Amino acid sequence: MPDAAAIKARIEAAIPGAKAEVDDWTGGGDHFRATVVADAFAGLSRVQQHRLVYEVFGDEIGGPIHALSLTTISP
Amino acid sequence: MTDQHDNPIRQAIADAIASNDVILFMKGSPDAPACGFSARTVGILQALDTRFAAVDVLPDPRIRQELSALSQWPTIPQLFVGGELVGGCDIVTEMFETGELATLLHAESAAEYSEPAAADGATLQIENRLS
Repeated sequence: MPDAAAIKARIEAAIPGAKAEVDDWTGGGDHFRATVVADAFAGLSRVQQHRLVYEVFGDEIGGPIHALSLTTISP
Repeated sequence: MTDQHDNPIRQAIADAIASNDVILFMKGSPDAPACGFSARTVGILQALDTRFAAVDVLPDPRIRQELSALSQWPTIPQLFVGGELVGGCDIVTEMFETGELATLLHAESAAEYSEPAAADGATLQIENRLS
């Protein structure tokens, strides 16, 4: 089962310079909420920013990670 | 385009997106959403008095599969305006709060209005919400 710390670590490892805050929204280990700040988001639309984060998890989104609610910020 | 002839569901989805100015792919129906994220997105569209078409992805898992392959977006709901993916619940909520969504939808409805297309056979059930 994924946990918030693992999700944070994976986002930060996959997106250079990213800082992520992740919490387990429901406490059930499948609905997470993340705020991600990354230089890599500069110049991208919100859709493109969210895709960068979703791509870290591939098919796990909608599978073991039922929901990953995102706020992305370009510093 | 590659295998459209072999992929009627993906083609039906692409056609639905192209022929409806505002279309929401969701879990359940606007009257009976089957997921909190879908419910919130419907609520925002209704709060903005938006005409929109809705497609329930739940009746056939291939709808969601093909939609996500087409849009490169893994989650449901997905809102399209003017043929473009606006985003899921998070982005729609954020854009609602900043007023950007109202601006986008207003610009869209100011453009020539076309009646939402009829559902393509039984492949996709498109429900029109002309409230």
